Amino acid sequence: MNKTQNNKAWFLVLPVLLIVSLNAIVPLMTVVNYSVQETFGNNLFFFEGVKWFREVLASERFRASLLRQFSFTFIILAIEIPLGVAIALSMPKKGIWASVCLVLMSLPLLIPWNVVGAMWNIFALPDIGLLGYTLNAIGFDYNFTSQAISAWFTVILMDVWHWTSLVVLLAYAGLRSIDDSYYQAARIDGASRWAVFRYIQLPKLKHVLTLAFLLRFIDSFMIYTEPFVLTGGGPGNTTTFLSIDLVKSALGEFNLGAAGAMSLIYFLMTLLVCWLFYTLAMRGEEK
Amino acid sequence: MARIDLQHLRHSYIENPIGVEDYALKEVDYTWEDGGAYALLGPSGCGKTTLLNIISGLLRVSEGKILFDGKDVTALQPEGRNIAQVFQFPVVYDTMSVHDNLAFPLRNRGVGEDEVKRRVSETLDMLDLTKWSDRKARGLTADVKQKISLGRGMVRSDVNAILFDEPLTVIDPHLKWQLRSQLKLLHKQFGHTMVYVTHDQTEALTFADKVVVMYEGEIVQIGTPEELFERPSHTFVGYFIGSPGMNVLPVDIEGRTARIGSTEFELAGVPELKPGSRTDLGIRPEFIVLGEEGIPVSVNKVEDVGHHKIVRAAIQDQDISIVIDENASVPADPHVVFEPDRVSIYANDWRVEMGG
Repeated sequence: MNKTQNNKAWFLVLPVLLIVSLNAIVPLMTVVNYSVQETFGNNLFFFEGVKWFREVLASERFRASLLRQFSFTFIILAIEIPLGVAIALSMPKKGIWASVCLVLMSLPLLIPWNVVGAMWNIFALPDIGLLGYTLNAIGFDYNFTSQAISAWFTVILMDVWHWTSLVVLLAYAGLRSIDDSYYQAARIDGASRWAVFRYIQLPKLKHVLTLAFLLRFIDSFMIYTEPFVLTGGGPGNTTTFLSIDLVKSALGEFNLGAAGAMSLIYFLMTLLVCWLFYTLAMRGEEK
Repeated sequence: MARIDLQHLRHSYIENPIGVEDYALKEVDYTWEDGGAYALLGPSGCGKTTLLNIISGLLRVSEGKILFDGKDVTALQPEGRNIAQVFQFPVVYDTMSVHDNLAFPLRNRGVGEDEVKRRVSETLDMLDLTKWSDRKARGLTADVKQKISLGRGMVRSDVNAILFDEPLTVIDPHLKWQLRSQLKLLHKQFGHTMVYVTHDQTEALTFADKVVVMYEGEIVQIGTPEELFERPSHTFVGYFIGSPGMNVLPVDIEGRTARIGSTEFELAGVPELKPGSRTDLGIRPEFIVLGEEGIPVSVNKVEDVGHHKIVRAAIQDQDISIVIDENASVPADPHVVFEPDRVSIYANDWRVEMGG
């Protein structure tokens, strides 16, 4: 069959291209531009090559916040993914309670990020907050504004509270799409509860869990608002994650070149991890 | 291997069934003999799958009892009943190899690895799956996947029964025939009690020693393929089995005399009728003789289907089908005669015996 070739259809993509270039490509190129130049104010720029990249990669400060960032992301993923799957598995399958659970689960996702930060800030205050006061009352020495461990504990707890629901919803949707005949066959085959999870549910959840992992990885890797409102990156620098550090460097210290280089490194890392994970997770998939 | 007694089973998917119409399964009281090959035949929604799931334990029956070799298993879960079931659509464990898929039911029951290996390779051979043995089950075609499902059903040699729920739906026609013969062979070899659900009469008639025909939640007839063809005990069986199905004509009966419209003829005997019931006459298209004498008919259409012809005709305004020889032709003034001992009389759809 002969297909009519009409390349005019490409013009239809133009509006999207225009919008994307305005909101993504132009800003990104601005950052690239900053990252290779030095400025001393007055809008005077000098080309510096890869100096900023070398400087950023060698800096103690960047390495420390990178390490904090990876630790944070690793910890919340290690908690949220298994916890999300576990909650999804124990949720009712149908009826009124299924809807009630779904609504309850969605609630944290609907709250604006800075509100979450503010809520947890008050919630965790050692003298008046419910959580902070209770912890101290039952004998823990807890003060997130002065102790690094308490601050980390609070930031992680807040993220788990805020985002586990997303994993739950995705996993729940994945579980509901498994045909009943799989469970029936497993019962006929005499499979244990664990075997059903291992050989039916987990393989069928692979795609949604890959999605959940990627979403949570990207989101947590660029987390800013909640820890900024909760701890402001402190005490000291203990909860200064990459994005907080970046903002400090770019807007606080007006270190445009270094911040530009850092943004690009940051961006490339996210891209690399996502690509690696996606490739690994989808390996062996025929279609 | 076991004899399976179904005692007064009734099942409803509604919590508090009131009338008969609330029951998906109306009343089934039947024994599957040990080592029998049965086909459960009926249209979609007649309760075949419900009955099968009740036997395997996937469904807890609302009323009645199920016995395996005299032992009450009504309350047991599928894993406690030691039964195999193959479903309509392929169910495979994606992440396991084909070999491990077949080994799964054995390993779950703690069968030793040597025995597992032996049984699995035998089953793989039988189903012509050996070449796929080490492949992951994911990404194989529906045909192969369904063979894996069949394999998992057949791999255990000690099962009480093997239940098949329309297992060949997704299989290619030429493979269907082959697989069906393999199932028959397996039945001969191991003598498992087998129940095979289908809505395809050819499949049922070739697979089974006994065919159980279900209609609207009831078993309407149990018999050999021959019995179903020659003496359908319910008009539905007449319609459903045979192609074209049995002609069923409203009839008035008085003693030996039957009257269709304004034509009268004599029956082979006196039907034992209760007064007030609706009566029909059933005659298979194969048992109507088309000729120059008997009841006058008008011929509407002749379909040549290869080895015979189907004549679509009408007695007054009652449509009938007649099967005639491939070389026979329709006479100019067509009349029909019903072979007297092939005529069945139905009262309210159930066949009645002829008295002398």
